[in-house]
Amino acid sequence: MFGKLTWSAIPWSQPVPLITGVAVFAIVLGVLALVIVKGWWPYLWREWITSVDHKRIGVMYVILGLVMLLRGFSDAIMMRSQQAIAVGTAHGWMPPEHYDQVFSAHGTIMIFFVAMPFVIGLINFVMPLQLGIRDVAFPVLNSISFWLTCAGVLLVNISLVVGEFARTGWLAYPPLSELAYSPGVGVDYYLWSLQISGLGTLMTGVNFVTTILKMRAPGMRYTRMPVFCWTALASSLLIVAAFPILTATFAMLLLDRYLGMHFFTNTGGGNAMMYINLIWAWGHPEVYILILPAFGIFSEVIATFSGKPLFGYRSMVTATMAICILSFLVWLHHFFTMGAGADVNGFFGVMTMIIAVPTGVKVFNWLFTIYGGRLVFSTPILWSLGFMVTFVIGGMTGVLLAVPPADFVLHNSLFLIAHFHNVIIGGVVFGVMAGYNYWFPKAFGFTLDERLGKASFWCWLIGFYLAFMPLYVLGLMGMTRRMQHYSNPAWQPWLIVAAAGAALILVGVVLQIAQLIVSIRTRQARRDLTGDPWNGRTLEWSTPSPPPAYNFAVLPKVEGIDAWWAMKQAGAPRAAPTYEPIEAPRNSAAGFIAAFFAVMIGFALIWHIWWLALVGILGAFVTVLTSAWRLDDEEEIPAAEVARLEASHGPRLEQGA
Amino acid sequence: MANLPSIATRDRAPGAIAPGVGSYLIGLGLAAILTGASFWAAGTHLIWSQAVPIALAVLAIAQMGVHLVFFLHLSSSPDNTNNILALAFGILIVFLVVAGSLWIMANLNNNMLPMSELMRMQR
Amino acid sequence: MTDATADMFDEGVLALEGGGDEGPAPRDIIVSYGFWIFILSDMVLFSALFASYAVLAGRTAGGPSGAQLFDLRRVFAETACLLLSSFCCGLMSLSIEARRVRGTYIGAALTFALGAAFLALELSEFVGMVAAGDGPSRSAFLSAFFTLVGTHGAHVTCGLIWLTVMMAQVATLGFRDKVVRRLRCFALFWHALDIVWVALFTVVYLIGAR
Repeated sequence: MFGKLTWSAIPWSQPVPLITGVAVFAIVLGVLALVIVKGWWPYLWREWITSVDHKRIGVMYVILGLVMLLRGFSDAIMMRSQQAIAVGTAHGWMPPEHYDQVFSAHGTIMIFFVAMPFVIGLINFVMPLQLGIRDVAFPVLNSISFWLTCAGVLLVNISLVVGEFARTGWLAYPPLSELAYSPGVGVDYYLWSLQISGLGTLMTGVNFVTTILKMRAPGMRYTRMPVFCWTALASSLLIVAAFPILTATFAMLLLDRYLGMHFFTNTGGGNAMMYINLIWAWGHPEVYILILPAFGIFSEVIATFSGKPLFGYRSMVTATMAICILSFLVWLHHFFTMGAGADVNGFFGVMTMIIAVPTGVKVFNWLFTIYGGRLVFSTPILWSLGFMVTFVIGGMTGVLLAVPPADFVLHNSLFLIAHFHNVIIGGVVFGVMAGYNYWFPKAFGFTLDERLGKASFWCWLIGFYLAFMPLYVLGLMGMTRRMQHYSNPAWQPWLIVAAAGAALILVGVVLQIAQLIVSIRTRQARRDLTGDPWNGRTLEWSTPSPPPAYNFAVLPKVEGIDAWWAMKQAGAPRAAPTYEPIEAPRNSAAGFIAAFFAVMIGFALIWHIWWLALVGILGAFVTVLTSAWRLDDEEEIPAAEVARLEASHGPRLEQGA
Repeated sequence: MANLPSIATRDRAPGAIAPGVGSYLIGLGLAAILTGASFWAAGTHLIWSQAVPIALAVLAIAQMGVHLVFFLHLSSSPDNTNNILALAFGILIVFLVVAGSLWIMANLNNNMLPMSELMRMQR
Repeated sequence: MTDATADMFDEGVLALEGGGDEGPAPRDIIVSYGFWIFILSDMVLFSALFASYAVLAGRTAGGPSGAQLFDLRRVFAETACLLLSSFCCGLMSLSIEARRVRGTYIGAALTFALGAAFLALELSEFVGMVAAGDGPSRSAFLSAFFTLVGTHGAHVTCGLIWLTVMMAQVATLGFRDKVVRRLRCFALFWHALDIVWVALFTVVYLIGAR
């Protein structure tokens, strides 16, 4: 009746997951109780859960990323604390079968449920505003994508208390991930959670590509789009091109596990190396999906706070699209040691070095943007400067690893771990932190506290170097990754320093939480009344903070790059605009309900509760049908109402100039 | 800036219908011929056997083109450029995934011991 | 960059129509283009399965190979069914654009029937192979075969379900804008599946049977 699910799935005898599970459950119940008692549920349902507004969905994605950052980061603290003490006769506090789940969960959560939601959330919020339009191409699909990502998050977090997680690392290589060697539910949790959220991500990619290519304000030619939108386009094209590979590869592994097929098994002619080949054909574009929007954020931030247009717009665009294509030509560098010959290894090694060139072009463009301008040392700029130094170091170690003979020594050592954390934290995390601080006032109408912002940056920066520079040394000393215990005492001092670095980053995270709380408490003092707190250059700063649901009462007419800057130079328009009625999409519960059934299907399939899976599939189908027959999915905002809303913000152009 | 060409005021949706059944009839006819040719080529002795896979590939690509042009009405006119570009991007990725995987997987046995020696080590 | 190069860049990028002077495109174009992008992503999914098939095609683990299993007459019949189904879908599209209800239903019925015939033939092949012990768990080659061809068949099945739902929408909602948009997306989907089948029968059956 319940498949493989029994009461023993709950970790009664393991204190850490049990206590964590009880605590999280209590917090969730507490929040729900608060919401119900205070009567916030109708507001939340109407304004957030069923919203199809890209701004609301963007904010929810970012909140999801921030919350999951806490979960992924606690995995990191656990690993650092274990490795700092588990040398020689000491075996630390975490047994290997837990440690394996922790490092697997850490990677899975950080990539799929922190970095992706954060980046997608920022693109979601900003890109339509920068393009001068009202929403993305498919608003309901946008909501469905978000809630499917949440479904994936929920499944991964359920695995903590019902069953177990995968012990295979964040990419679940076979044959370890095959049924013969992972007979439990851990790998199934991993696979179904990522298939569900991957579907959401793919739909987001389609949504964004269509929006950027087919919907821009009048006059906004491709060569007048902000660079952030170009990077969003490149990233979205990569999502559309790469995520189907992930879906297919996971599907084949699922077929091996559920139907006894032999794609990647040791028996029956399977070839595990094909999995590694395909998964990295997705995996490499994936990291560019993450970093390109971060590059875009830096372009916006640096130009704005230098008070100058971005240097080399055309070379930035060319470099971005070059990286987009090249990212599909390097994937073998993740498995140089898997046995390919010199010509194949050499080709991919050279391509990997070539892909560093357009990134170098971008770094020089940022430097030339700052040169000759007046740099304002705001929090977003600090993150950008930190990024430029840190990412360049990480990129250089990447070029080192791109040399196949060097990689033969360093593959899967801590040198590799240090490299990719260097570029992901220095690039993606610093980028989304810069974006978070930069666009927060646009989303909420008040700026974040600067002092706490800067303090948190310094803790992150110094903490990062303390935590990861020792790992380069350890890698060169021969320490492999994913070690729960080691016997070489020479490694321990470095691991203690690394643990101290993690602790400092923890302080940085705490300061960011404090920054948010303090900023909300003191928001009246830092209200953004003009909509343009940074003297920005692009169209999102021409709207009030926060923008009305329809973004622009009249779509702006664009005549060049940095459209808002040009409008400010030109001064206030002569006549008041004539307002027309605006068609706005109505809210939709389809996303939330679809995700509910997705969780049902995923959980049922994981535990082999076939009837429940069938119920879930039928429920999802009925949801689709209900949505298809819905006729009242748009409403018209009358022109008079638009006029009233616009007038309520007061004249802003003069104030902002 | 130089005098820029005027842009076509509307692009066409992919698959947008051309009036009349003619396009579909031509497409059906061509596709049927190409299908027949493929099945014939696979079984005949008139073509050198090493060349048959290439012949089949050419016929298949031609037939895919017939579908794209006569059923999906893809054309090279400026109002179709975005559609063609998207298709080109897709074809590029498909090629890289398939050809890349084949090249890599074939090459992966390069540094493996010959199977006979490997089996000897198993005992 | 010199002025001349800059102008070339501008002209090159501008030559991409939809260059943007008129604002957002009409809804019809947005929906069809979005679905086109989705179809391209589906093609990438198939390419990953094709790649796996190509790599694993020779690994029969002592079991039968394609040459021993494939019945090319049945494959020819399947191909004919799907091609004719695609043609009938085109006829249905013409009726939709002209807003002819009967023509639409007849076109849809023919499309459905031929698609169902294709599926029936394919299912009979699968059932026969499984019954003979040559199912997908027999060898890597068979796993790849069943998955690649089966995924195409699953897409066809979803298409038939979608077509049925769309006819119900035409019957209850008429040729509303959003219904017509969805029907155009269906047609894109159906023709794309025939394109995938061309690759399938060539690579899997014709080349595989040698």
